[in-house]
Amino acid sequence: MALLKIENLHTYYGHVHALKGLNLMVDEGEIVTLIGANGAGKTTTLRTISGLIRPREGRIEFNGQDIHGLPAHRIVEDGISHAPEGRGIFSTLTVMENLNMGAYTLGGDKEAIEENRRRVFDLFPRLEERKSQLGGTLSGGEQQMLTIGRALMAHPRLLMLDEPSLGLAPMLVKAIFHVIREINARGVTVLLVEQNARAALKLAHRGYVLETGRVVLSGTAGELLRDERVRKAYLGER
Amino acid sequence: MQFIQQLINGLTIGAFYSLVALGYTMVYGVLKLINFSHGDLFMWGAYLGLTGLNVLLALLPQAGAWAILPVVIIVMTTVALVGVLVERVAYRPLRTAGRLAPVISALGVAFILESLARNIYGASWKTYPTGITPTGRIALGGDARVSVMQIVVLAISFLIMGALYLFVQRTRTGTAMRAVSLDHDISRLMGIDVDRIIAIVFVIGPGLGGVAGMIVALYYGSFDFTLGWTFGLKAFIAAIMGGIGNIPGAMLGGMILGIIETLGAGYISPQWKDVIAYVILIIILIFRPTGLLGERMAEKL
Ligand SMILES: Nc1ncnc2c1ncn2[C@@H]1O[C@H](COP(=O)(O)OP(=O)(O)O)[C@@H](O)[C@H]1O
Ligand SMILES: [Mg+2]
Repeated sequence: MALLKIENLHTYYGHVHALKGLNLMVDEGEIVTLIGANGAGKTTTLRTISGLIRPREGRIEFNGQDIHGLPAHRIVEDGISHAPEGRGIFSTLTVMENLNMGAYTLGGDKEAIEENRRRVFDLFPRLEERKSQLGGTLSGGEQQMLTIGRALMAHPRLLMLDEPSLGLAPMLVKAIFHVIREINARGVTVLLVEQNARAALKLAHRGYVLETGRVVLSGTAGELLRDERVRKAYLGER
Repeated sequence: MQFIQQLINGLTIGAFYSLVALGYTMVYGVLKLINFSHGDLFMWGAYLGLTGLNVLLALLPQAGAWAILPVVIIVMTTVALVGVLVERVAYRPLRTAGRLAPVISALGVAFILESLARNIYGASWKTYPTGITPTGRIALGGDARVSVMQIVVLAISFLIMGALYLFVQRTRTGTAMRAVSLDHDISRLMGIDVDRIIAIVFVIGPGLGGVAGMIVALYYGSFDFTLGWTFGLKAFIAAIMGGIGNIPGAMLGGMILGIIETLGAGYISPQWKDVIAYVILIIILIFRPTGLLGERMAEKL
């Protein structure tokens, strides 16, 4: 059964029609990637799913329930965590406080929070070393770890990542993608937005190609990697 | 010894400024809005306290100083409720309307609250019932004396500020408040109900303001409807001096303003105390445009 199913989604910024009837779905246990050029509508898609922007039309079904129109904090409670573009670290909060905010929906359940924190520190030992440092003092790579770790603190069923490789050195990109695979192996479904299409398609099971607010192509990662148009437009081949 | 005396007096006035400055700074933190109605909410604390004490002492004359306690609680609750209502009615609908409209709305609320006070209570000076506050003085050696009332007022102010500081730094809701001050959208992605946090800020800020209004009126004994504007403006300036949006900054800013004013009045001349205070404010802002403890403003606005 589809964990996330989006039908005919239309989102506007004022008069800008950013999503023009988007359809996509994500099955439980998958890594699905959304690729596309700058301005294609990838971030808008994630922000609409998260409830940060209300779509004007369409349906967003998560785990069999229509979640479209719910306030963002309710959607987190339902099991969708979103590590946003640009990382969004709380710069004057410590690493620990950032993580605690990620577990905000768990309320005062200290045991569950501690367990999630253990898992996050397992994935990112560096965060444990830095736990009492202010978020703003972390390096770019550490901030990316914190963004992902913080999103995992809510123990989500679906993790949405917006350009986790942006601005990172190739070594770090590799490490981050390795962790994403690990997170998925531990049972979290992943919706990954990337401009680095090659890396994303190598990691994902399936993918969607977005152009100006519409899905223009979809398939398994293997199919997309072999597709002529994808190779030309997104993998830099001629 | 005169210096010690001035310092204690300055600290007392400074504590009042700090309590009120906290309301400005907390609201600015979460909404980036200068809540000009805060001074008038504070003043309403003084008026409601007056009515509460008069009623209670008429019913129970033997209550004496004990009358203060229930009245403070009623005043705090009422002013907090008005604060929440103001946010709901005058600010929330304008949340996405840019930066100017909410400020004008806040000024509107300020005028409404002030006019209401003048129309209901009249423009004359109001005097608090006498004989319910402690009157003794304690010699500190030399000529310096501290009144028991000053000690009580300072102790209560520091207790409130300490509790607030711990709340904001140590609790989940307090941390969420700091998170909301940094970024609404990211806070929502954490599962924080941002509207609820803002409502909590409008309980705490005006609640403290209301209590401060009553304490100030008890301390000075009398006031009129200009209290909100004059005293509120000073507290607002204290918040800016400390770095608006920064909670320890508001506490520090209030103390510094109170002490500078009092020392200026004592050593130079009372007529020049405002000039001295503002010259120093301007100097502070030239060297630290974001205020003494404010760094966030430069980083994100
Ligand atoms: N806050 C905004 N206001 C107006 N238009 C926006 C805003 N954010 C994005 N857009 C527009 O929406 C379209 C999709 O943007 P976005 O979702 O950020 O694309 P991507 O993440 O794929 O680069 C673009 O045309 C962009 O200019
Ligand atoms: Mg984007």
